[in-house]
Amino acid sequence: MYISRGRGTVATTGDGSDETADQGTHVAHVTAVNEDESRPPRVPRNVYALGAVSLFTDISSEMITAVLGYYLLIYLKVSTIAVGTLDGLYSAVPALLALSAAYLADRYRRRKLLAGFGYGLSAVSKLGFPIAGASVGGLGLVQGADRLGKGMRTAPRDAMISLSAPSAIQGRAFGVHRTMDTVGAFLGPGIATVCFSIAVTAQAFKSIFVTSFCTACIGLLILVLFVTDQRGPAAEAGTARPTLRSGLALLRRRPFRRVCVAGTLLAVAWISDTFVYLVLQQRLDLTAIQFALLAVGTSGSYLLLAVPMGRLADRIGRWRVFYGGHAALLAVYLLLAGPVGGALLAVVTLSLHGLYYAATDGVLMAYAGPMLPAELRTSGLAVLQSLRALGAFCSSIIFGFAWAYLPAGDLVLYFAGGLVLMLAIAGVLIDPRRSAVVESAVLETTAVESTAAQSPVAGETR
Amino acid sequence: MSSGIERWRIWVFALGTLALIGVAVGYAVYSAHKPAAASSSATAVAKTLPLTSAGAPRVLYVDAGIGPDQGRLAEESQADPGASPTLGAIQCERSYSAGGTLLCLRLAGAALTTSLYAQVYTSAAPSAQPVHAVALTGTPSRARVSADGKLVAWTVFVSGDSYNGPNFSTRTGILDLRTGTLIDSLESFDAYVDGQRYRAVDINYWGVTFAADDRTFYATMGSKGHTWLMRGDLVIHQLNSVVENAECPSLSPDGTRVVFKKRVGTSISAPWRFYVLDLATGKETALAETRSVDDQAAWLDDDTVMYAIPHTDGTGYDIWKVPADGTGSPALMIRDGSSPSVID
Repeated sequence: MYISRGRGTVATTGDGSDETADQGTHVAHVTAVNEDESRPPRVPRNVYALGAVSLFTDISSEMITAVLGYYLLIYLKVSTIAVGTLDGLYSAVPALLALSAAYLADRYRRRKLLAGFGYGLSAVSKLGFPIAGASVGGLGLVQGADRLGKGMRTAPRDAMISLSAPSAIQGRAFGVHRTMDTVGAFLGPGIATVCFSIAVTAQAFKSIFVTSFCTACIGLLILVLFVTDQRGPAAEAGTARPTLRSGLALLRRRPFRRVCVAGTLLAVAWISDTFVYLVLQQRLDLTAIQFALLAVGTSGSYLLLAVPMGRLADRIGRWRVFYGGHAALLAVYLLLAGPVGGALLAVVTLSLHGLYYAATDGVLMAYAGPMLPAELRTSGLAVLQSLRALGAFCSSIIFGFAWAYLPAGDLVLYFAGGLVLMLAIAGVLIDPRRSAVVESAVLETTAVESTAAQSPVAGETR
Repeated sequence: MSSGIERWRIWVFALGTLALIGVAVGYAVYSAHKPAAASSSATAVAKTLPLTSAGAPRVLYVDAGIGPDQGRLAEESQADPGASPTLGAIQCERSYSAGGTLLCLRLAGAALTTSLYAQVYTSAAPSAQPVHAVALTGTPSRARVSADGKLVAWTVFVSGDSYNGPNFSTRTGILDLRTGTLIDSLESFDAYVDGQRYRAVDINYWGVTFAADDRTFYATMGSKGHTWLMRGDLVIHQLNSVVENAECPSLSPDGTRVVFKKRVGTSISAPWRFYVLDLATGKETALAETRSVDDQAAWLDDDTVMYAIPHTDGTGYDIWKVPADGTGSPALMIRDGSSPSVID
């Protein structure tokens, strides 16, 4: 078998024996595609550079998030209603702009430039706080600019990661990026605390805004100096320049459409973190401080597991890991509704919650990326991300509405049932039993061949 | 691959980063030293403030002027309003005092362990150390003490987790000083609106005020864009709606009326008006204060309420008062102050 061909790790996937025959049929195809690879590729420098950009940017924005409530409500005395309105901008603006920014990035092959605008806008917005003062309109503009920046940069950045990494290690590359990103989110609040301890309240805020701006600028500096733009898409000679229509036409490709449909359905069965923590709070009767630590638990687990899950995804199959990751989410639901309580419940639930994110967030991008033609990758990833955001939005509305009528435990069990149903549909759309190497082989085929490449199942393409 | 970085890029990065760190640290250090020059406060700082009054009633408040005394507790005698205020050693973001008990919401602890605390001081323990300290997470919002000083309540704003952006919710706790019983969050109580059990994912409570029986209290419940004045029972852990559209209630000393914030407009920056509700007749009276005030008012006496209004430039507050029967007009009471309460 292909063990002798070098990438010995691939053989150690430990599939059920019933799949052996199925796997065997693909082997010849796989080895043919990967024949010229003599050593496992490394995660390219570009991915580390993009990770460092995200790390500094996250420090910059999380240090503001940590003190924003205090700043608005106590220092400026802005009313809670105004704060609520500002929050609306937080979710609405990025969704609206992600698609158009992604289109521009593909259209002009300027992914780094668009990402750079996004990072730059967020950086400059930090200096807007002291200028806006207590003016509600001004604060709205500042928040809007920050979120606009986030909306602009996400898809171009993921496209650059996707285009930089060889398709065999997409999962690991996204894992590295998401880990660095989460480290930034951990450091931000700590740095804000340091600012508070060296300056008195009235001055500390200005000091935090300036520090946040400088930190974001370091991120921008790394982007400008060390990130290589992926301007030349794998030459698909003769194809027209990407248009908005061709971006949406990606959905006509069956493999990508199936990913979008399955991904969106699974997002509908996802319970938002806020609600997960709320149920835990109800079950465990937590104090305010313990409650605040719940998010730290999830992030900690995510942080530690993102790279291992990415590696596993590259080895045994990205769809398989993404799909299997939902088992962790299902376990979270069952634990929330189950009889076990106490500290054990919190620790196990949060670990699994982080595991779920580690196995799904970056891994899905790593799975979908290579099936999109390079010149439309930003648009494709933006379409997928927006659809999933829409699914998650629906889920939150359903959950919030049903909470008024059902006990928390029952409601979570209904969502568990919904998740099983969605997993069944997703499993029919894309069979998770397909082996990893076949997966990447098919994806390479899809990318190289024209839009005619249809079936996600390797056996059929031959 | 790593050999592909040109040397000049590394130099530009190193120098650029150094310059940016220099700016950030330099600005922080400059900020830390700037107010030190102005800290020659002429007013004497009393070690502690007596929480009961031997003579004329006094108003205890938090110094809200920008400067070295910002956040310090201060008091002003009602008999001699012109005298310069006495400043205490205790610093609070929000405070309230009654029946010889002081509740102070403040940030405490050094450097990385800084946390918000609800600290309780009593006149029975004359040292400047709190007798109770409950660690909280969030941003201080409201503080209240029962008239006999036996019960204290606080509200903090808790921001949401970073995955969903900061959506604000509140958390209200009550501490019974007689038994040490802590109700960490009112959300564990059963809520009833018009007699029907009310359940929703987004219930929030804020702004507690206590009745004289040390069992009944009033608070705001908010959910799905509505607010209700709720009457709570500390024994059976229940809350029942009294009227809709009422926030931050404050019960009069005689226990017959509640002053509250009523949402009267859709304007984001000026949504509220103070109203007084007569609990026996249900009659609501608008007060002469026409500005929109985001504060839980306090009663100066049975006929007057007091509250903090921010300066127009956003750098501090003044305490104002207005008659509680809808007549008269608002008057400035204490310059550069917030969180007023009466010590008698």
